Amino acid sequence: MSLDSPKEPAIELVGIDKKFGAVHANRNINLTVAKGSIHGIIGENGAGKSTLMSILYGFYHADQGEIRIFGKPVAIRDSQTAIASGIGMVHQHFMLVENFTVLENVMLGAEGGQLLRKGVATARKELKRLEDDYGLEVDPDAVIEELPVGSQQRVEILKALYRGAEILILDEPTGVLTPAEADHLFKVLRVLRDQGKTIILITHKLREIMAITDTVSVMRRGEMVATRRTAETTVEELAELMVGRRVLLRVEKGGANPGKVLLSVRNLTVKDSRGVTMVDDVSFDVRAGEIVGIAGVAGNGQSELLEAIAGIRKPASGEIFIDGQPAAGIDPAGLRDLGLAHIPEDRHHMGLVLKFEEYENSILGYHRDERYGRGAMLDLDAIRKDAEEKIAKYDIRPPNARLRTANFSGGNQQKIVVAREIERDPKMLIIGQPTRGVDIGAIEFIHKRIIEMRDAGKAVLLVSVELDEIRSLSDRILVMFAGKVVGEKSGEAGEQTLGLMMAGIAA
Amino acid sequence: MDYFDIFISILGSAIRLSIPLLFTALAGLFSERAGIFDIGLEGKMLASAFASACVAYYTGNAWAGLGAGILTAIVFSMVHGFASITNRGNQIVSGVALNFVAAGLTIVLGQAWFNQGGRTGQVPPEGRFSGIVLPGADMMRDVPIIGPLYANVISGNNILTYIAFLMVPVSWWVLYRTRFGLRLRAVGENPGAVDTAGISVSWLRYRALIVTGFLAGFAGTYLAIAQSAAFINNMSAGKGYIALAALIFAKWKPVPVMFACLLFGFLDAFANFMQGKSLPLIGEVPVQIFQALPYILTCVLLAGFIGIARPPKAGGVPYAKER
Ligand SMILES: Nc1ncnc2c1ncn2[C@@H]1O[C@H](COP(=O)(O)OP(=O)(O)OP(=O)(O)O)[C@@H](O)[C@H]1O
Ligand SMILES: [Mg+2]
Repeated sequence: MSLDSPKEPAIELVGIDKKFGAVHANRNINLTVAKGSIHGIIGENGAGKSTLMSILYGFYHADQGEIRIFGKPVAIRDSQTAIASGIGMVHQHFMLVENFTVLENVMLGAEGGQLLRKGVATARKELKRLEDDYGLEVDPDAVIEELPVGSQQRVEILKALYRGAEILILDEPTGVLTPAEADHLFKVLRVLRDQGKTIILITHKLREIMAITDTVSVMRRGEMVATRRTAETTVEELAELMVGRRVLLRVEKGGANPGKVLLSVRNLTVKDSRGVTMVDDVSFDVRAGEIVGIAGVAGNGQSELLEAIAGIRKPASGEIFIDGQPAAGIDPAGLRDLGLAHIPEDRHHMGLVLKFEEYENSILGYHRDERYGRGAMLDLDAIRKDAEEKIAKYDIRPPNARLRTANFSGGNQQKIVVAREIERDPKMLIIGQPTRGVDIGAIEFIHKRIIEMRDAGKAVLLVSVELDEIRSLSDRILVMFAGKVVGEKSGEAGEQTLGLMMAGIAA
Repeated sequence: MDYFDIFISILGSAIRLSIPLLFTALAGLFSERAGIFDIGLEGKMLASAFASACVAYYTGNAWAGLGAGILTAIVFSMVHGFASITNRGNQIVSGVALNFVAAGLTIVLGQAWFNQGGRTGQVPPEGRFSGIVLPGADMMRDVPIIGPLYANVISGNNILTYIAFLMVPVSWWVLYRTRFGLRLRAVGENPGAVDTAGISVSWLRYRALIVTGFLAGFAGTYLAIAQSAAFINNMSAGKGYIALAALIFAKWKPVPVMFACLLFGFLDAFANFMQGKSLPLIGEVPVQIFQALPYILTCVLLAGFIGIARPPKAGGVPYAKER
């Protein structure tokens, strides 16, 4: 795939092919990216985007194909050769040593000699320069685990630039960022491009593609199906190219028909592990047949609220009632028995055991159910059959219940969790970030399922940092700021109104 | 004997008893900080004690003995590496297996070569590391307090003792001031970060294990031809595990490792001293209580009473490229 471009190409991929066992992750991929441009790559979950980039970065080896960097063919054997050819990568999951300082992380692998002393001095100077040139500010002596995600990501970018990267690959960089952090990132990327760097950006958010890229390529099922100049395409066209059919970018839903109160939260206060109050005297109700969305910039207490309701975190004070029964302090298994299902925000830490096979994860938390076994024994046949039904229904790819969960792409992992919780037919559902890292086809699907749940008379509590998602799904929106619910709006509230409330400016 | 003399003599023996712990714990420090658990320290110590005793016996040269001890421990380390790095085996299983190999092999070979029920022959004096009297020790002896401390605790130890204490700042320097140390600490926390920085995870971990073998070799040699004059059946007697406890107790940091080993050595010396003596009011205290103290202290620590001991995050997990 290529567009005629006056500029010289920075990257040329010719006939790249890669299989993981039976999975054909990349099929004969051709791609050319011009120097000094931002090139977007989009595609469904499991389309092979991360795999392609990992090949370019030397993390995986292509079975076939050639890579040319600035016109010269290079054999990228490992990350070392990729770095030497001027390629830097910001991984979907950060590759940082968490108890090291920023400086140590930046230096790792580029220490400039056997002893650290000299390297530390140059690294410090160089960081200062990069900060001034590109607006990448971070404190070099801060420890990674104490930094917010946005800053951690800046460290990843700094790492690449420090090694002299001319080409920067970012794999779903905004999935974990707050809107403000994402804006900051884009500012940095534009400066980088204007200074002649070449950037490849993988994302599921078409809005970002339209806002920042110069050209965009679409992948589908391992193939590169189209390349367009961003100025000459539309969101609708891209969505259709990605999924191979027309996609509803905004789900249709009828009016809500709220019934009795199923979830009731009264004066709830929750502290985090350091003892800081994260949820501060919050009260609200969720009724049967309605979706209540909680909007807010990440870190304003939504996560802790969700964890307290799900029984993962003990509230410091206050009460929770599920269908009239007191539920504060009950463990997650007990809450499930009360009819509560929970899709956690972070699928890796809470939703899945990545080392397990798919079918094992598909019943996680419901393994005591009599459908899946008797007494101490599990009925593996029944579990696998059940898992395969869910795979078919949710279009989880590849459709293999025996694959290790770690080997599914991020979006498909999310579908595994969503399928497990929704298919239990709970009385009420609490959901955190239902579509983080999920492609638009799957978003449409998951959103439809959530609305179906509502229409079937379930109570749904939705937490998301994606304002679009909150607005298109919710019947009522509560805005959280600094641990408090600062206001309630109807689902039709405007973006601007909500944005101001989320920033703590208006109520 | 007045109390001060008793104290000096316990202190002297505490230092002697803590040296093998110190070498071994520093050895473990390098492998565990690189993300490889090493329960096989005990076996390395035992095997190198046997090798050094044999070579010192035949050559009459203590340094040759030390060389043999080091080499043997490195070979054991490499086997551990082959199992747990190259073949991604379970590190605990590999370590335990090596402990059994060492325990069995030393008995079988010792019996075959020396026919003394697992003992090697008596190593001649030239083949041993004996005490060095530091300059001025005799002159200082009469100075109150500092005098006996210098003459009986600081002076009069063998060269390996001084090397052991020297290894503490050296280890610290290597870990925190060199490129190798930075990478080693990184690979124990997040091997993915090391890999994507273009550094070979395996080669780095192998190098860490070579250092481990090197230091464990000193520990074994110390037992066989510095503290005693022959190899004796199972002479490491669990010191490898105590060293591991010291390492955890010290939260995987070199200088605290030294203090933990000194503490555990002191408890050991105190236990020896208390043997057969009775305390006022309490009566005779079984020595086992003192012997168990290192383990009890470590458990208390692990239970979180003395702050959190956070092991290297990637410890025990073989590295494979995947998400
Ligand atoms: N190490 C692996 N072993 C086996 N299969 C793998 C491995 N890595 C990826 N795959 C498979 O290859 C395919 C492509 O995966 P990839 O991660 O490249 O998708 P992606 O386009 O990045 O998806 P997402 O948008 O969800 O991140 C998927 O079907 C995935 O299950
Ligand atoms: Mg991906």
